[in-house]
Amino acid sequence: MAVRITVTPLVDHARADQTFRTLKTIHPKSGLREVAVVFSYTIDASFSKSALQKIARELTNPVIEKASIGTVLTPKDFSYVIEIGYHPGVTDNVGNTAREMIENALGRPFPAKGGVYSSIFIFLSGRLSKKEVAAFALTLHNPLIERAVITERKNFKPRSLPFVPKVTLTGSLRTLAVDLNVSDEELIEIGKKGIKDSEGARRGPLALSLSEMKHIRDHFNSLGRKPTDIEIESLAQTWSEHCKHTIFNDPLDDIHEGIYKRYIRGATEKIRKAKGKKDFCDSVFVDNAGAIEFDDEYLVTHKVETHNSPSALDPFGGAITGIVGVNRDAIGFGLGAKPIANTYGFCVGNPKDTEVFYRDKEKAQPLLSAKRILEGVVRGINEGGNQSGIPTPLGFVATDARYKGKPLVFAGTVGLIPKKKNGRKLSQKRARPGDYVVMIGGRVGMDGIHGATFSSEALSGGSPATAVQIGDPITQKKLSDALIREARDQNLYSSLTDNGAGGLSCSVAEMAKECGGFVVDLEKVPTKYPGMQHWQIWISESQERMTLSVPKKQWTMFKSIMDKHDVEATRIGEFNNTDCGIVRFKGKEIFNLSMNFLHEGRIPTQQTSTPVFKKGVNPPKNVSIGADEALLSLLARPNIGSYAFISRQYDHEVQGTSVTKPLHGKGQVNTSAGVLQPLPHSKKGLVVSNGYTPWYSDLSVYDMAAASLDIAVRSAVVTGGSLDHLALLDNFCWSSGNTPERLYELKEAARACYEGSVIYGTPFISGKDSMFNDFKGFNKKGDPLHVQVPPTLLISSIGVMRDTRYATTIDLKKDGNLIYLLGETHDEIGGSEYAQLISEKIKKNYVGEKVPKVNFSQNKKLYRAFERANKKGLVSSAASVERGGIAVTLSKMAIAGKLGADVSLQGLKGSTKETHMMLFSESQGRIIAEVSKEHKKQFESLLKDLPFKKIGSVNNSKILSIKNTSKRSVVALSVSKLSANYQKPFSSFKS
Amino acid sequence: MKSNVKPRVLIFSGYGLNTEEETKFIFESVGAHADIMHINDLIKKPSVFKHYQIAVLPGGFSYGDDTGGGKAYARKLTHHLGDALETFLNRDTLLAGICNGFQIATNADILPGALISNKTPGYLCRWVDVEVVGNSPWLSGIERMSIPIAHGEGRYYDTEKNLDHLEASGAVALRYVQGGISKHFSLPGNPNGSLRDIAGITARDGRVIGMMPHPERAIRFTQEPHWTQKRTGEVKKEGDGVALFRNAVRYFA
Repeated sequence: MAVRITVTPLVDHARADQTFRTLKTIHPKSGLREVAVVFSYTIDASFSKSALQKIARELTNPVIEKASIGTVLTPKDFSYVIEIGYHPGVTDNVGNTAREMIENALGRPFPAKGGVYSSIFIFLSGRLSKKEVAAFALTLHNPLIERAVITERKNFKPRSLPFVPKVTLTGSLRTLAVDLNVSDEELIEIGKKGIKDSEGARRGPLALSLSEMKHIRDHFNSLGRKPTDIEIESLAQTWSEHCKHTIFNDPLDDIHEGIYKRYIRGATEKIRKAKGKKDFCDSVFVDNAGAIEFDDEYLVTHKVETHNSPSALDPFGGAITGIVGVNRDAIGFGLGAKPIANTYGFCVGNPKDTEVFYRDKEKAQPLLSAKRILEGVVRGINEGGNQSGIPTPLGFVATDARYKGKPLVFAGTVGLIPKKKNGRKLSQKRARPGDYVVMIGGRVGMDGIHGATFSSEALSGGSPATAVQIGDPITQKKLSDALIREARDQNLYSSLTDNGAGGLSCSVAEMAKECGGFVVDLEKVPTKYPGMQHWQIWISESQERMTLSVPKKQWTMFKSIMDKHDVEATRIGEFNNTDCGIVRFKGKEIFNLSMNFLHEGRIPTQQTSTPVFKKGVNPPKNVSIGADEALLSLLARPNIGSYAFISRQYDHEVQGTSVTKPLHGKGQVNTSAGVLQPLPHSKKGLVVSNGYTPWYSDLSVYDMAAASLDIAVRSAVVTGGSLDHLALLDNFCWSSGNTPERLYELKEAARACYEGSVIYGTPFISGKDSMFNDFKGFNKKGDPLHVQVPPTLLISSIGVMRDTRYATTIDLKKDGNLIYLLGETHDEIGGSEYAQLISEKIKKNYVGEKVPKVNFSQNKKLYRAFERANKKGLVSSAASVERGGIAVTLSKMAIAGKLGADVSLQGLKGSTKETHMMLFSESQGRIIAEVSKEHKKQFESLLKDLPFKKIGSVNNSKILSIKNTSKRSVVALSVSKLSANYQKPFSSFKS
Repeated sequence: MKSNVKPRVLIFSGYGLNTEEETKFIFESVGAHADIMHINDLIKKPSVFKHYQIAVLPGGFSYGDDTGGGKAYARKLTHHLGDALETFLNRDTLLAGICNGFQIATNADILPGALISNKTPGYLCRWVDVEVVGNSPWLSGIERMSIPIAHGEGRYYDTEKNLDHLEASGAVALRYVQGGISKHFSLPGNPNGSLRDIAGITARDGRVIGMMPHPERAIRFTQEPHWTQKRTGEVKKEGDGVALFRNAVRYFA
């Protein structure tokens, strides 16, 4: 029988404070007076009284807590209590730790069929209505993964028996043969909604098209048998857009090799050839992450992933799974790289938007608000990154109303790996016939079923909640320590890969390519609970797992290391070279596919695009908004203002590698690049940066991509990086990705990537795409709506710096120093933040006319010159000009340095004519640099023949003053006022 | 105990501790020999303690803070290594618990008091200034340090009576102060609401120290948060944290 042990804090508890503040923020008018919390552990096993007392002591710190067995200690004053716990089957990290503590305390294993489940009691005091408390509960829990029980004081029974959220699965376990010789309509249904289970219910999306379904049918007809459900599910995973990137790889118009091969890989091949001996790429596109040379001994890897659909449903779970998942792309690179830095990016709706959308016509399933989503994803990366001990030097937040239906959550990880150990190249791996197929890490559960096929579908009312997972960073940290610190360097395995999308079905099949086949005995796979269907075990995306190939003679040693680190490791099969993949359950064959059909069987689809041309107009000139007012408003907008509340809660000091911090200067300003020193004994540095400009897609997706690439490269250079040793990663996030218009835009964006990277000599080393970021739902009137994210390309860079001492920050440094603007300014406010600001002021939409164009060739010369100046130590501070133009960039530099500046717009290079354009145009390729007077001559001579202008100087006045071409003052604002506005956009968020 | 050979440092690891490698690096660069040791290896063979003079419970996120920061690791330590650790500490040895290691040490009753959630709830990563107020071999000759913190549960707590006793007995080792870094960035000196501004505590005549800030993350000039502003002026060679590790090594010289 289950018994409850509760732990009551005797002193202030953050969880209570935090809950109170959250509720007060979201329900300001309620009569809530106080919040108290009690932590509960429901122990589902029989223990003696003395054992329970021992357990209670184990779970309590007597200095600050009090335990109680079988009852909940209630505060003196409360009107309602909400108990929040997980649904059955959802990962309960606290429950799992408590279980282990109990084992330690009692010195014996926990009863096999029992369990420990955590929950929290939230006691609310004040005059509250039932309806209010119901709304509180919805604010405090996510019904997809958690249950909340609300009880009024008079009905609360502290001694009542606890609920046990144990998974009980019913239904017979068997593999079904699926008849595909059915009508086209039925094939479409199967492809779209899934195979029918034995009760006739559809299992969930396969995301297979009619032609793919027919192809599978014909293949099995030729074999003279019906496919099994696990075979079809597996093919759906392996052939999915998510795993195969079909849109990038299939022919598009006259590009027979597909846009990935032509534009992305094509650029890299061309650059590597041109660099010859100076080529620094090591492993590109073939592994879980891309790798470049760091120094003679080490490689660095980088990979950026998206986790959009899961984050829409459960922002916290989606984001933590995203960051912990991309950590495994580093751990799964070669024979295992150590994760040394995380990056993040959140594209969300405007946090102030309160209009509710619904997934269903009945309005029973409201979408989470943008504020709630942002709060959740921020917390997810916090727990994932901080708990893993990986620093987070860089990230961004972007907002647009079109991210409201589906947020974009980017998560990246940089890894470090020695080139060689024991004579073995660590970037190379190969599973060999005869090696065991070994699964290590977490167990398999129902979480994350159909994740890969789900992300190939737009989000709608039928989205399965099983697509939601919760990452467990500590399980993974143990796994990472065991592999990277010990097993790797003892040559105990020959290959490994991550269990991400598609779970075992993808990881085993992928590794089997290295040797030519596999046999897996599915009953050996450890599961979280009994009763899972065979196909579910095979495709589940339960987290913190990796698949390895372990030579038979190494198994005992390998297993003993895993045991020591408390990492579960199980032999589930054997790799072979039979050209065949076989899965058995208790000896019975339930899956038998040729490796060729599994990997190459899918027939490419010819895709066709339709050109798209967009036009916009500038806001009317007679809109009277002063430059002062415009600048202050821009600084306070979420696409420009501070998100320091995130930077401060993400550990950027762990591992002791930080060189520049996420916040620059006394005034603490966010930037788009960061520098770290990966090795404590070497001054060599790594620079990482971001570039994204989704708003330009409203005018031209080609120019959006060009600007994103330019910003990533430029901000890396400005911070101390060099074009000689800089690589790029792409993340395409599209909506309705298979429609002819969006395909055209994709092709254009890819072409921009090609042109930019080839001219800059910065190769792509890895990438990822997510093509269906659509939301199909209903507004509050019940009318259908379709929200599509604007075509969004995140370009991330990673580069090597010879000496971290040349890292540059953006804060103005010293009174009397000169300020230079490098690059040309044109009247390019198309897609700008300024155009958006004016549109909102006059409540009419003006996108702006000219979108910023990138002149890659000219920029390259400028960046080279800047590099030389920086290497000579001539640059005191520098910033790349990005969203909001030079007025915003100057403001950020002044805020960061807490210094004033006197600036004139006279004689700016470029075609710009009008004051507001000069201030707020987002022309690309521009850098603002601070240079001391003594370096003036040398700096200017390095920039000879290039477009640059000395625009002003730094002073102690603490006022930013800008004069127009007729020497009239257009901006005169105190730095403290600029700073106050800059801090505004996320001020309601807690850090 | 004192000898000319390098003192040996044992750094605990496992279950989510994560600052072992930085700690090992700084110890070795000031002349010690340091080993990172998984707690399960120690449990298997507790006699290895006898080879070491210094032990460190490093920073990290043991057990993900589940059930409370440091609690689960501390219980494991007490159940399986309580006696071995007591024998170790009864020799003329040194022990430091840093951040999560400090939380572990208080939960394991190696150090008094408790670390509770920051006054302003949430995880906070910033630099702080601490002033040395107690006597400890770890801190000899150090007056102030500017070093980083990164924690969500770092507010030092104990009853008023116990705090009085700690102060009277000289067990309070480090206090947060409004020093150079805090002034530079206009930040409060005490980052987490620690009672009586306590950042670090000692026991056993100062041989055992627990502290929330991370000296091992402040060992070079370019780690400091304002080094790019200072680079034109006087440039220090090393960070403030180094002295603490050098002291530990010197103790056995």
